[in-house]
Amino acid sequence: MSPIFRKLARDLPAMLGLAIVVFVLLIAIFGPLLAPYPEDAAASHLARRLKPPSAAFPFGTDNLGRDIFSRVILGARGALSIALTVVSTAMLIGVPLGLIAGYRGGWLSEGIMRVTDVVLAIPQLILALALAQLMSPSLESAMLALSLTYWPYFTRIVYAETRRLSSSLFVDALRGIGAGSGRIVFLHILPNALSPVIVRATIGLGFTILVAAVLGFLGMGATPPAPDWGLAIAESRTYLPRAWWYATFPGLAILITVMGFNLLGDGLRDIVDPRIRRSR
Amino acid sequence: MLRFVLRRCMLVLPSLFGLLVVTFLLIRVVPSDPAMAMAGDAATPEQIERLRQQYGLDRPIWEQFVSYVGKVATLDLGESAFSRRAVAVDIAQRLPATLTLTFCALAISVFVGVPLGVVAGLSHNTWPDYLLRVFSVMGIAVAAFWFAIMLQLFFSMELGWLPLRGELSATIQRPPRITGFVVADAAIAGRFDVVADALRHLVLPALTLSLGGLATIVRFTRAGVLDTLQQDFVFYERAMGYRRRRLVWIYVLRNSVTATVTQIGLLFGGLIAGGVVVEAIFDWPGIGSYTVQAILTGDRQVMLAVTLLIGVVYAGVNILTDLAHGLLDPRLMERG
Repeated sequence: MSPIFRKLARDLPAMLGLAIVVFVLLIAIFGPLLAPYPEDAAASHLARRLKPPSAAFPFGTDNLGRDIFSRVILGARGALSIALTVVSTAMLIGVPLGLIAGYRGGWLSEGIMRVTDVVLAIPQLILALALAQLMSPSLESAMLALSLTYWPYFTRIVYAETRRLSSSLFVDALRGIGAGSGRIVFLHILPNALSPVIVRATIGLGFTILVAAVLGFLGMGATPPAPDWGLAIAESRTYLPRAWWYATFPGLAILITVMGFNLLGDGLRDIVDPRIRRSR
Repeated sequence: MLRFVLRRCMLVLPSLFGLLVVTFLLIRVVPSDPAMAMAGDAATPEQIERLRQQYGLDRPIWEQFVSYVGKVATLDLGESAFSRRAVAVDIAQRLPATLTLTFCALAISVFVGVPLGVVAGLSHNTWPDYLLRVFSVMGIAVAAFWFAIMLQLFFSMELGWLPLRGELSATIQRPPRITGFVVADAAIAGRFDVVADALRHLVLPALTLSLGGLATIVRFTRAGVLDTLQQDFVFYERAMGYRRRRLVWIYVLRNSVTATVTQIGLLFGGLIAGGVVVEAIFDWPGIGSYTVQAILTGDRQVMLAVTLLIGVVYAGVNILTDLAHGLLDPRLMERG
């Protein structure tokens, strides 16, 4: 573990990414304690609606007089939990399928990979929108739709890794001493195939936050009064250009969070696969 | 060359078939009883039964699938529950606007992104490179809908330089529909003031849509240039005294853009998906705003038709991408 971290520490952008991710995680965990007006997740104060940024309200207030700074902080938890749920569900579906397809071969493998191709042939956002609509719009169906459209990315990666590993010498040796398929696949191949999966998952977390924000913006994700970043931007549109702060700050929160995950993911990829380094 | 193209077309067929299965399953299986869903909450059992017969929902599932495939093959995509018009007609009418927007965004991404990528590659690990790297990470991480609103806020509302939304100003009458493309129609009608107005309306949406692609293209071109610069032929040509400009912009570039071309192909799908949001924000009368309208009104036929359309476009673009690879590197074409 430590050599990986030492390599990461030398990569300045990746460290910046790590710092952002840790920062956002802390905000997500301690949000209600950090927000100056934690009750503004649901409460409304019409007397102080649409106030520009000031010392009392650093990011201004929204159309219901709620402190936008507090709501941006409180929104971190929702964004991260959506992303974590979606990515881990996608991994739970995609990784085993990739292992099976890569190790077994034959019609089962063909079948799995063709389904993967089909799902990857449609842009994720469109498919997720169609699915979420068909399952009646709510946060849960948005998350399910995102998971059901993200797993093929994992399947493809794990498939390629498994194919490569299952013809390697140590797997032959394991077969020779009579290890069962399940044991070989889960105890020996999976750990060796894990690093590209982790890279993909890191980037996927950022990406999911972005797509979930789009779903929220289109009214297919979080529902009011949830302090969702995408939803807040959608709500702000009625009050432009007067309340520029209403749209600006939630969007910056999305930008910084997603950037953090992407920078970290890029850095991790450089370590895992030195062949495709961004900077030599 | 023809064989190469045909082969690629054949390879796409299974995916297209799969796509049909997926859209069919979405429309028939996800709602447990489609007839009930279509009829609404207040329907009587007889009404539901009539709908079931009308749409052939009482027949076995494989029979329904065959008739679905037949309908799609004859471009019968059903009727929009919202506009009560054939979905295929709606799509055909809206396609030009989306194509205009997508190709403009793609052009911005490519013609700005490739040179910037080359600059970043050449000046690697100096300040222009750092600047472009930060920019490319931000370009991917920014939410397009937010960026669009920020652009509107600044250029339309604050400065008043560019129109806020739509394809043409409300005061201008749309020129007669010949090609369906507003800019082309206006030019044919000889109304160059309308052309100018249409182009002004195009700037902000195209800029927003191009951002993600621009960032991706800068990244991949930069990586490609860095890779190519290490190769022996560059060393040789440098030793032979080729001018730097000729070396970089012709020989290095041609060998560097293979990965970029793949990305351009992939981007196309991304641009169409991104267009959904961008069109909705700028009230652009294309497929994207049609999709959003369908989502908001729960118009399934439209949503599935759009999904299918995008899948087909995506497959077509994949073939074009392979062809572009073949043209850039003829060795690939010989291998088939």
